Amino acid sequence: MHVVILSGSTVGSKTKTAMLAVEKVLQQRKDLTIELIDLKDYDLVFSDGRHYLDYTGDTKIVTEKLMQADILMIGTPIFQASIPGTLKNVFDLLPTKALEKKVVGLVVTAGSAKHYLVIEQQLKPILSYMKAVVSSNYVFIEEQDFHLKSIVNDDVHFRIQTLVEDTLLLKEAYDEMWKKKEDQYDF
Amino acid sequence: MTMSNYRIHPTNGLEFGIYTLGDHLMDPETGTRLSAKERLNQIIELAKLADEAGLDFFSVGESHQDFFVTQAHTVVLSAIAQVTNNIKLGSSATILSTSDPVRVYEDFATIDLLSDGRAEIIAGRASRVGLFDLLGYDLHDYEGLFEEKFALLNKINQEAYVTWKGDYRKELNNAHVLPRAEEPLPIWRAVGGTRSSAIKAGRMGVPMHLAMLGGPVSTFQSVIDAYRESLNQSGFDSRHFPVGTAGFFHVAETTQQAQKDMYPYINEGMKRTNGQGFPKQAFALGKDKHNVMNIGSVDEVTEKILYQHDVFKHQRYIGQMDFGGVPFKQLMRNIEYLGEKIIPKVKKYTRIQEEL
Repeated sequence: MHVVILSGSTVGSKTKTAMLAVEKVLQQRKDLTIELIDLKDYDLVFSDGRHYLDYTGDTKIVTEKLMQADILMIGTPIFQASIPGTLKNVFDLLPTKALEKKVVGLVVTAGSAKHYLVIEQQLKPILSYMKAVVSSNYVFIEEQDFHLKSIVNDDVHFRIQTLVEDTLLLKEAYDEMWKKKEDQYDF
Repeated sequence: MTMSNYRIHPTNGLEFGIYTLGDHLMDPETGTRLSAKERLNQIIELAKLADEAGLDFFSVGESHQDFFVTQAHTVVLSAIAQVTNNIKLGSSATILSTSDPVRVYEDFATIDLLSDGRAEIIAGRASRVGLFDLLGYDLHDYEGLFEEKFALLNKINQEAYVTWKGDYRKELNNAHVLPRAEEPLPIWRAVGGTRSSAIKAGRMGVPMHLAMLGGPVSTFQSVIDAYRESLNQSGFDSRHFPVGTAGFFHVAETTQQAQKDMYPYINEGMKRTNGQGFPKQAFALGKDKHNVMNIGSVDEVTEKILYQHDVFKHQRYIGQMDFGGVPFKQLMRNIEYLGEKIIPKVKKYTRIQEEL
């Protein structure tokens, strides 16, 4: 099982901090391969509509890594009541059914609790359109939960732990279901 | 203009053809891949068999990316012209956006002369765009390049001396484009399946070749309807313009066997060339009569083709049977089924008494 963790922002450090916490929890499972992609480390072009395999450089590297994931843990900040353009661009770079048979867990960092529903109303519809199975609860982390580059609210750690467990279980359950479905066919 | 201007005669019934994208993939069953030389010879051999079995059309695609071998598709078609006698030869598709229409006409007119009037062009915009960098074009001009070059190609096809000015190549002043085909070449617009692209073909008043990998017949019917409506609204008579369709084809003793034969090739081939496989559930739906995928028993596929003809009232169907490294033996058996069983029946029921 290959898990890709995506830190979807090029601004600040909170989303990356949260995703490192996700990575730490995942590392307890020895049956997983894990890769963390921090968009800050890559120089992506804006989508111009081409097939993802036709991009070059970092854009090709990132899109290919995402396509190889079985499970995607996506971290996003909320800017101007929205996911950042950097993350939306990643979705725009991928095919419409890119997330088919992938299970996605979400971690959100925000400066205000008022942003809580942005994920429900904006990110989840994108993921559904791209055929992802999304773990229904997400971890919402506010500014006050961070100090320097660490999470200081124990509850956030518990919620991250729960999200990882739920997402892995959801993937197992769906794999079972998909296998059952495919076993019906004799080709 | 009537259908005969495009060398289509509905009194002969639905035309039946084979197309290859020129993919060069590993056979997932054996884990081996032919050399480029072997694969090219295989394509030429396939065309030869198709000709001998009485098929109407054979075409070769142009893809400039990994896992393909017919980038120089006109050269391959020229070789095919030498070993075949009656079958029409075309491209599926020629990527006009990244070629000079003068050279495209020169190539195809030459093939037409060498093949005694059997060459056709199906021109497309490219579904993959790596070739823009490779051949030195700017992807930002994706639409403009195609529309301009397509219009110029059609003009060259009609006029031996061309005076023309556009945005993407140097102007032509009474330029003599040679050699001339004895009759204008049939030039089709390749349409990937969207209504908007079909409408563009209609607006230009050119025949349409429609790709349909899978999905309901009714969906593609609406695309064809949109094309014909667009022709009529643009001052053309849709009854004079042929429609071709293209999609997966494979027959075996039973539908179950046909699906078993073909699925690994299509699934693994798509993974390699497109990054994602073909979902089993969608493939399973392919056997339904109302799905365009022509994979099944000889009888079922024959019925499906006739049903599609009832709905589409199209003039040509071309099948893709060699995608993903399918062994040649399997292709040979398919050509036999076509020549002996499927085509005679399809022709019998699709002949139109009189031409318009």
